[in-house]
Amino acid sequence: MTITEKILARRAGRDRVAPGDNIWVDVDILMTHDVCGPPTIDIFRREFGADAAPWDKEKLVIIPDHYIFTKNHHANRNVELLRAFAAEHDLPYYYDPGTPNYKGVCHMALAEEGFNLPGSLLIGTDSHTCTSGAFGMFSTGVGNTDAALIMGTGKIWLKVPETMRFVFEGSLPPYLMAKDLILQVIGDIGTDGGTYRALEFDGEAVYDLPVHERMTLTNMAIEAGGKNGIIPPDEKTFEYVRERTDRAFEPVYGDPGARCHSVRRYRVEEIEPLVAKPHSPDNRATVSEVAGTRLDRAYVGSCTGGKLEDFVAAANILRGQEVAIDTYIVPATTWIGEQLHSTRVEGDTLYEIFERSGCKLGQASCAACLGGPSDTFGRTHGSEVVISTTNRNFPGRMGSKQASVYLASPYTVAASALSGRITDPREALV
Amino acid sequence: MKKIIAGAAYVVGDAIDTDQIIPAEHLVYSLSDAEERRYYGRYALSGVPQGQQGLPYGDRPFTAPNAFRSEYAIVVGGSNFGCGSSREHAPFALQEAGCAAVVAESYARIFYRNAVDGGFIVPFESIERLLERVRTGDLLEIDTSLGKLSNRTTGEEFLLKPLGDVADILKAGNVFEFARQAGFMPA
Repeated sequence: MTITEKILARRAGRDRVAPGDNIWVDVDILMTHDVCGPPTIDIFRREFGADAAPWDKEKLVIIPDHYIFTKNHHANRNVELLRAFAAEHDLPYYYDPGTPNYKGVCHMALAEEGFNLPGSLLIGTDSHTCTSGAFGMFSTGVGNTDAALIMGTGKIWLKVPETMRFVFEGSLPPYLMAKDLILQVIGDIGTDGGTYRALEFDGEAVYDLPVHERMTLTNMAIEAGGKNGIIPPDEKTFEYVRERTDRAFEPVYGDPGARCHSVRRYRVEEIEPLVAKPHSPDNRATVSEVAGTRLDRAYVGSCTGGKLEDFVAAANILRGQEVAIDTYIVPATTWIGEQLHSTRVEGDTLYEIFERSGCKLGQASCAACLGGPSDTFGRTHGSEVVISTTNRNFPGRMGSKQASVYLASPYTVAASALSGRITDPREALV
Repeated sequence: MKKIIAGAAYVVGDAIDTDQIIPAEHLVYSLSDAEERRYYGRYALSGVPQGQQGLPYGDRPFTAPNAFRSEYAIVVGGSNFGCGSSREHAPFALQEAGCAAVVAESYARIFYRNAVDGGFIVPFESIERLLERVRTGDLLEIDTSLGKLSNRTTGEEFLLKPLGDVADILKAGNVFEFARQAGFMPA
């Protein structure tokens, strides 16, 4: 069995499972946020009773992150509904906006708060819940109905997915980031190439990546239609987890030679800096193929591109220079936001570098990654051409249906911000 | 699940993602409040670029401006329908607009699951590509027990793929009834 199959078998209480099996599994963590939490709670109350309590409040994590810094009345109301539910049930893991306990983007906050445990099973009401798979766990996104069933019973039915393996061999060149690797994969297999499947990543180039960067690979498994993304854990994973929690965990590894749907091998030295052109994450081109394309805006943020490593990368390129276009910097979490003030590149903090370069700095949240209410920081409103470290560029994703979004690594986005045109990061990294 | 689902077709293209089905800015409305939930019907499929709304014609909104219900009961799409986010608001919006079924070549996993588990719409998979065989406004009839789609306007008939594993959930009504039958929830 693969690592994915073994975790599912364990949580189903079975010795083994096979792809295609429909099984009921026990959920270790259920995560929800401000967009899907309130309707999940409505369904939960409808089905289990107005006064019903969640099945296990130690396993329910509520992280508002989508529409936080907005005047939109309905969006603010949704956060209030979560707050009231958390108070009613005395939930220990509710991260309230406007308090020091607020975290920001849920997928990164789950990692920082020690909820991502190797070998465990985590379900969230967000398609990018697959991000947590970077810790060698099964994680996937569901809708409100499935989440409400878990909230009441701790269980969910799942169809065991086949596994597609992606092996990255070699040593990552200094101008590439995890984003380039995953754009390569999505371009190769398409936005439905991984539908109903597990996407498993390994190889020395993957294990050379810091844990946060690995999360960019698993984060975008959903962009290929994958059910989950997963990276077998190593010592770096364990160290990351142990620094953040005392919770016990039991790592799981696949059997050598376990049957897979397919195996793709890459030599990372052969991969070019890449973009996904409008309007689909699989619309891949090398940066050199689209170099010179005029831009109106650059954006560094989100669960996949708003990590500390992403800002260090951007700062390495922006330091001492001024951006030519509107450039938005949005840390995924409040912890990352704090690190912008303490992490330095050649003596200057990231915050100082961005401010002197003329960037616009926002507060930790999902912000313009998914458009959102009209007053959302960085949201498009017209026919802007944007280059962004986020994960989706479907029509209207960043707000305006007329906008065009290119997805790229923080290196490529920063290099392009300086020139106002899509620019190969190798030109800026000399 | 009704034996016969009939009504006017609304045709869209490939890879209709959840932002096209219900743009993220509208996700703030309550799905349970009777007054607010109607807005999901108003904005269903409003994210589809104008020229691709209601193929082959274009510029035909799914729900007329300022209306809350659509005149179309069956959405016909291409491959990877419902890709993107996990928002259950997407199949909910289609149902709220009055849509009862989608017929697409293939689906993204979470949309498909949400449609079934919530009992919002029936997601049929077509065997052949129907985008060019059905026009927006054609009168369609789906026989859900036979797995057959008839285009009453053109007289053509098409077979649909069997619903397979999820048929039991659709027959139960939603995943809660299914879980009760499976013994995971008290009856």
